[in-house]
Amino acid sequence: MVDLKRGAAIVGINEHITRYSPDKSELQIQGESVIKALEDAGLTKNDVEGLFTASSSIRNSGLNLADYLDMYPKYVDNTTVGGGSFEFHLSHALTAIAAGRINCAVITYSSLARSGGVSVGTGGVARFGHPRLDPSPDSFEELYGLTTVGLYAMIAQRHMHLYGTTSEQLAEVAVAIRKHACMNPEALFRTPITVEDVVNARVISSPLHLLDCCVITDGGGAVVVASPELARNCKQSPVWVLGVGEALAHQGAGKRNLMEIAAKQSTNPAFAMAGVTHKDIDMAMIYDSFTITVIETLEDLGFCKKGEGGEFVSGGRLEIGGDLPINTDGGGLSSNHPGMRGIFLLLEATRQLRHQFEGTPRQVANCNIALCHGTGGALGSRHSGGTVILGRD
Amino acid sequence: MPEWNKPLPSVVGETKPYWDSCRRGDLVIQKCDDCNEYQFYPRGICSNCWSNNIQWVKSTGRGTIWAYTVTYQNRTLGFAQDVPYILALVELDEGVKMFTNIVECETSNVQIGMPVEVTFVQASNQISVPYFRPA
Ligand SMILES: [Zn+2]
Repeated sequence: MVDLKRGAAIVGINEHITRYSPDKSELQIQGESVIKALEDAGLTKNDVEGLFTASSSIRNSGLNLADYLDMYPKYVDNTTVGGGSFEFHLSHALTAIAAGRINCAVITYSSLARSGGVSVGTGGVARFGHPRLDPSPDSFEELYGLTTVGLYAMIAQRHMHLYGTTSEQLAEVAVAIRKHACMNPEALFRTPITVEDVVNARVISSPLHLLDCCVITDGGGAVVVASPELARNCKQSPVWVLGVGEALAHQGAGKRNLMEIAAKQSTNPAFAMAGVTHKDIDMAMIYDSFTITVIETLEDLGFCKKGEGGEFVSGGRLEIGGDLPINTDGGGLSSNHPGMRGIFLLLEATRQLRHQFEGTPRQVANCNIALCHGTGGALGSRHSGGTVILGRD
Repeated sequence: MPEWNKPLPSVVGETKPYWDSCRRGDLVIQKCDDCNEYQFYPRGICSNCWSNNIQWVKSTGRGTIWAYTVTYQNRTLGFAQDVPYILALVELDEGVKMFTNIVECETSNVQIGMPVEVTFVQASNQISVPYFRPA
């Protein structure tokens, strides 16, 4: 295989900091994000050759975005595999750039999940606007009142059953990430919480409490990816793509053990390509739709053994200053979660690798290598996993 | 027949025998004649070997709870007024898992590993929905 390590770099980023935006369209939020991310890179509209986007609400989202921004990309990728789609996009942009098809790509996303009143986690079959059940799999699943949170909750329940994981250990994840949100002026929730707060909050779907679940916001963002040659001439120092891995996981016709999630497949290719080990990872952005998502992901990425995630996340290990700081922006649990959150993992990892917070508590010390893992779909039925390892110059 | 306000399944060629059997009070699953693997949900192709040599076989209708959650919030019509209800993955004796609700069971009594058996509720003239209850 062609050596893809350092075959492309993130050179521009922008987070549309809105958490509630009833007066803007999703395309406007994407457009504003793309413009600012290109400014950040020191590039222009004419430099963009590849367009990458995903949406659960805009039909033919790549086509409509190109129209809205009057762009004529020669490489288009609309891969939509849930919240982690944007880790897949970066993986594909790397491949397209390394193959010489394009020199510069933009990845963008936006959603009005909050102002639109979307019940992302608890809306059941209607959550994405589908009026009737498809013959399969919906007719064998949604018939029973599935919710997104319920599909994660079942995995949490079984994790507790098999490994003795406790609600308090799940809560540790929420507490650590809230602590980080308190350092992010843009985060939706900036009041510290305790383990007791989490376990005493109302149950949404047992064993998950309200504070085990991500927030619902509006928002968006964009990432500019460039070839090594172009990256050298950009305003910001490049953040290199060191390794990528992808996976899809599903019920396997009713026979797969979904306690093993997609991360189990995507992790090794990413680490092998990057040529680094778990000890080299200075911080991680782990998709945190729910607290159980983080525990399952850390286990299957190989940061700890299966079943030991509850213990691993305890005692402050995930906090800045701990062994493996994660979600230093406050994550989906406390900062923002506009329907899909994968793009924000790339944004915060890039900020940390640029040492953008130097001199403040939010900066992870000596941050040279970061890992992002996006999860899309639902752990209990079918989901995607995209692992990305990034490094500074 | 009580009024049914939950979504109804859509029936197509590859799933019609399943729903026809449910209406008669039998839970059926598929088995491949070429590779001998069971599969669920029903489909027109063996997902394992991609053969179309699939037979419908009657399941024992018995299994154990592989995972469950007690759902306290679902805004969908038909479920909103049903909370709390038990959503579960049941592993049938034949080894395949299916989503279902556990009925005739207190939410405080449900457990992983609990033996359960199928029971049907008529939703329309065409559709009876398989649920599971403690066995
Ligand atoms: Zn077969």
